[in-house]
Amino acid sequence: MSQTVTSSPQAPTYSDGGMDYLVTRQRRFFTVFLPLAAFTFVLLFPFYWMTVTTFKPNEEMYDFSHHNPFWINSPTLANVKKLLFDTAYPQWLLNTMIVAVASTFIALFCSVLAAYAIERLRFKGSKWVGLAIYGAYLVPPSILFIPLATMIFKLELFDTRWALILSYPTFLIPFCTWLLMGYFRSIPYELEECALIDGATRLQILWKIVLPLAVPGLISAGIFAFTLSWNEFIYALTFISSSEVKTVPVGVITELVDGDVYHWGALMAGALFGSVPVAVLYSFFVEYYVSGMTGAVKE
Amino acid sequence: MHAAVKEPAVPRGSGLGALGRLSNNVTFLGLLFMLPAAALLLVFLTYPLGLGMWLGLTDTKIGRSGEFIGLENYQALWDDDVFWLSVRTTILYTSVASFFKFVLGLWLALLLNQNIAFKSFMRAILLLPWIVPTTLSAIAFWWIYDSQFSIISWALTKMGLIHGYIDFLGDGWNARWSVIAANVWRGIPFVAISLLAGLQTISPSLYEAATIDGASPWQNFRFITYPLLTPIIAIVMTFSVLFTFTDFQLIYVITRGGPVNYTHLMATLSFQRAIPGGNLAEGAAIAMAMVPFLIGAILISFFGLQRRAWQQGSKD
Repeated sequence: MSQTVTSSPQAPTYSDGGMDYLVTRQRRFFTVFLPLAAFTFVLLFPFYWMTVTTFKPNEEMYDFSHHNPFWINSPTLANVKKLLFDTAYPQWLLNTMIVAVASTFIALFCSVLAAYAIERLRFKGSKWVGLAIYGAYLVPPSILFIPLATMIFKLELFDTRWALILSYPTFLIPFCTWLLMGYFRSIPYELEECALIDGATRLQILWKIVLPLAVPGLISAGIFAFTLSWNEFIYALTFISSSEVKTVPVGVITELVDGDVYHWGALMAGALFGSVPVAVLYSFFVEYYVSGMTGAVKE
Repeated sequence: MHAAVKEPAVPRGSGLGALGRLSNNVTFLGLLFMLPAAALLLVFLTYPLGLGMWLGLTDTKIGRSGEFIGLENYQALWDDDVFWLSVRTTILYTSVASFFKFVLGLWLALLLNQNIAFKSFMRAILLLPWIVPTTLSAIAFWWIYDSQFSIISWALTKMGLIHGYIDFLGDGWNARWSVIAANVWRGIPFVAISLLAGLQTISPSLYEAATIDGASPWQNFRFITYPLLTPIIAIVMTFSVLFTFTDFQLIYVITRGGPVNYTHLMATLSFQRAIPGGNLAEGAAIAMAMVPFLIGAILISFFGLQRRAWQQGSKD
């Protein structure tokens, strides 16, 4: 599977102007800038709409004839206040944070060891283990949540954060292992050989040589794992029932809608503030993220 | 301990005890290093997969452990119109959404591969739909599709294109197209950024040579870009199909399967029957019924495109 696409990590990338000089300015406007502007508008509009709705007072939100809906005339923090003080939203944020951080660390710990073993120790059958890990990545959570729910119930983990912390690594580990295998592959073998000759143990090599060199890989695996667990929905929806342990996505969906009354302002505020942490984290590490994503696809 | 007997002559680091020798034994170390990952995956992934198959063959309900009843659940599903409706919807949802994600994603990738200002900034911003929790962006779509306060309806009315507000989520087919649009919106960035990485590895000298030989931009795309990109397209689309087929969040948030089961995917129907409905066994059976479709989809999208890559002379 993985060897079918062999773009080496060192493959050169070309991003200079190329033959742009052959294309006229007008033509470029219609073939490049206009479509690009349309894409940007469509892809970003929901976020704009989310933000605008968050800070709109109710009378503007539900009256398009007297107010231009695309703009806010008198911005208000009422929706934010309602969200933060009248609901358990801060608690959900905290839960999501705890669960995401804990499962990310568990997944990274397991994946580093597994990826190193598969990629560098080359023990008997390591190739098959690598394939099995890849296969594990293809098992979607929508197939697993029912049997997992019965297991979680029997283990008396139902309605606890542990249910999520232990089940999230099932989709994080395959992904992180796969990504880290690619990174480990790009580290020269000679470095390890030198250390081996100097009498270092495998654990020392992993800790002092391979890991420092694989920091970009660790960062992108970590961001991926964090975002994936922050965004997870179906397990959190199934395994959690009390408000105190809900995560943001589940809390917003299940608790901000009472009956037929949708508090759109608060809902949008909840969506906005649930999106901001991942967006901020991602904006700091976007280059790692993109290279990790493309690396994982290519590997 | 026969390993120690076999190689006594090799003085591996003087004074290494049995433990020291063991810690240099690759197979032992490999298994040791695999242990944490393997334990977690076996307990929380492999076992539940088997348990799911078993549950599908029982009559388990919430709060009552079931007994083996053979294929009765599957027989019931076979005669269940709602189940078949969800199968058809899932296939429609997957094929239409994947098609548009591919076409629009490839287009966006080609645009981003041009020499434009703020390239990395654009790339970063356009990935947002993929980063932000799907559940939360789905709420934004839910509000955009609102029957009375939809911004789309308002804008189209103002422009004079339509006269009444569109009932996005109340009408079966409208609701289907609406959730498909939301799914495409979410999936475009992933396809685009992955394909962009592939595009950047294609040498510009190929295009230069072709252009000198008189190739049109379309010919450049058709005979250089597309063939060189097929291996990555195969992988990206395999993932796209897989995750679209098993999608749950978008539907659950925007329509909950309504109106009248029109947008139920197999995943949401499985949840509906198992958790609120309490019929764990039937839910598990529906989830298991997804497996053959999934394998089929993976095989078609992967090997279909793979064979083309092989025909184009790409190395295996």
